[in-house]
Amino acid sequence: MDLTAINPVVLIATLMVAATPILLAALGELVVEKSGVLNLGVEGMMIVGAVSGFAAAATTGSPYLGMVAAIVAGALVALIFAVLTQILMANQVATGLALTMFGLGFSALLGQAYVGIVPPRTPKLSFGFLSDLPVVGRILFSHDILVYISLALVVATWYWLNNSRGGRVLRAVGENHDSAHALGYKVKRVRILAIMFGGACAGLGGAYLSLVRVPQWTEGMTAGAGWIALALVVFASWRPWRVLAGAYLFGGIMVLQLNLQAAGFRIPVEYLSMSPYLITILVLVIMSSNRGRTSLSAPGSLGRSFHAAG
Amino acid sequence: MLRLEKRPSPSQAWNYATPLVAVLLTMIVGGILFWILGKNPFEAIKLIFWDPLFSEQFAAYSRPQLLVKAAPLILIALGLAVGFRAGIWNIGAEGQYIIGALCAAAVALAFYPAEGWYIFPLMIIAGALGGWVWAMIPAILKTRFNTNEILVSLLLVYVAEKLLAAAATGFMRNPDGAGFPGSRNINSYGPASNQELIANSGMHWGVVAAMIAVLFTYILLQRHILGFHVQLAGQSPRAAKFAGVAPSRLVLMCLGLSGILAGLAGMFEVSGPARLITIDFNAGYGFTAIIVAFLGRLHPVGIVLAGLLLALTYIGGELAQFMLNLPASAIQVFQGMLLFFLLALDVLSNYRVRLAFAGTTKEAS
Repeated sequence: MDLTAINPVVLIATLMVAATPILLAALGELVVEKSGVLNLGVEGMMIVGAVSGFAAAATTGSPYLGMVAAIVAGALVALIFAVLTQILMANQVATGLALTMFGLGFSALLGQAYVGIVPPRTPKLSFGFLSDLPVVGRILFSHDILVYISLALVVATWYWLNNSRGGRVLRAVGENHDSAHALGYKVKRVRILAIMFGGACAGLGGAYLSLVRVPQWTEGMTAGAGWIALALVVFASWRPWRVLAGAYLFGGIMVLQLNLQAAGFRIPVEYLSMSPYLITILVLVIMSSNRGRTSLSAPGSLGRSFHAAG
Repeated sequence: MLRLEKRPSPSQAWNYATPLVAVLLTMIVGGILFWILGKNPFEAIKLIFWDPLFSEQFAAYSRPQLLVKAAPLILIALGLAVGFRAGIWNIGAEGQYIIGALCAAAVALAFYPAEGWYIFPLMIIAGALGGWVWAMIPAILKTRFNTNEILVSLLLVYVAEKLLAAAATGFMRNPDGAGFPGSRNINSYGPASNQELIANSGMHWGVVAAMIAVLFTYILLQRHILGFHVQLAGQSPRAAKFAGVAPSRLVLMCLGLSGILAGLAGMFEVSGPARLITIDFNAGYGFTAIIVAFLGRLHPVGIVLAGLLLALTYIGGELAQFMLNLPASAIQVFQGMLLFFLLALDVLSNYRVRLAFAGTTKEAS
């Protein structure tokens, strides 16, 4: 085994790329959960985004149009969830699972014609001389646009949730929907919009997988990324900055694991590729073991249906 | 304007009617989907739901398949339903199913080529134990560290899939298999084989186990104090606490039971229809069983009917794939839609839909 083959600068640059899909999906889910809704369908929305983004990009030749298509598709499948849970008052856990199962099947159906095709390349942005700087240039100034968008989204989500009127209403709805309703806020409208935002983010994250990270379409290609994103929200105690830290940590583990495989580490590939899932479980355990802290940071009405009496 | 009014208690009539309406709606929308895919919708629906049972051409092969496919679905769904009733969400049955199969296969391969009546019973125990252990991970993490059982049980499915791949290509690979992935053929190793009990009926030991499990869960849920506790915990956790239900014991019991049943399903599958451990041994039964549990209204008898119906969609789906060139994933979409419709229609059992015009209600008051 040759560990020197692993270049730390390249490692950091690639971990940012590896983390971007789960970062996007987890940010979306964070907003959804802050509004008091638990959408377990992240995996399904991601894979629908992955396939529609890929299809649109392959057809039009523009990766950016693909990303827009993924956002729209993600928001639309999220709308199914929103209608079921908010208007028809269906159980959120069961509906989320249904969304994941439906999404996996639906994406496989749509994607049939696109297996084995190479998507149009997503260009990396150039910052002139900045991109040529040693170390910093490779890590900070040599990515495609979505890496920067995802980072901007972290800042925007954090700012919007804490400092804007809309963000406060959303959090009020999530903490106690009865009080929020009594104050005259439209609980359902807020939640439906939050769910659609979550779907759009998950869809974009999925498209990043199929257009940049892999880049290819294969059935079931999200391989649990949506579930890791869900775990990430718990890990982050529902805080945007911690979602960023968590996503990059997981990105690091995934990339390191792939690098170890490539470097000929003596453990069989199957065991190395288990590690992201096992570490996710481990992190969940550590974060949940402090009962007081988790129950304090989780939104008060998380997962409960709201039906206005009268 | 339509308005929903909460019923004091769920409507029994709608409770029984919604699964039927959901199946009907799924057929209609599924038909439209097939039509969009450029297939004749009537032919496709007939091929999926009618031909496997009644066509002269296919029934001879397809009819026994019904029990073969329904047995694991029913076994797994029964265990899941007990947990779902209590609000304990084991969605990692697919993983428990894989580990059960791996443990049972390990026992069979360890004894190979010995003869002995005790090998098959030992495999049953190993399969149940394997599924139980895999389910105990989320259960103990839940009771000890308050970790979300939904996420842990689901993440463990991916771990189990990697273990399966490692087994099929590594430590369980057939030494006489010329390097091809996959274990020895357990089905053709006499003392470990889960044979068809009645020729051409599809009836194997897994079907027998499913029948016993139906009786067992029926008694547990309807006649035993534990069933009452499960019901209570699901409807009102606070009331359950006052009634002396220990939440952690309930979590261990529900996850343990569903793990055992899923492990058994894996055991009967690997020694029977699947014949050996391969990389793609798991066919998604663990996830489809979630649909079976809901479609069967979390009731043992309902689950038997729902299991048979979803088994039919598997067989019919394969037939449609073969005859109409319908993609395999179309059936997955079909199953997902079924769950969507079911969950959507549940609003009718819990709420009354009232027609209310903004103007008229004002006048009335």
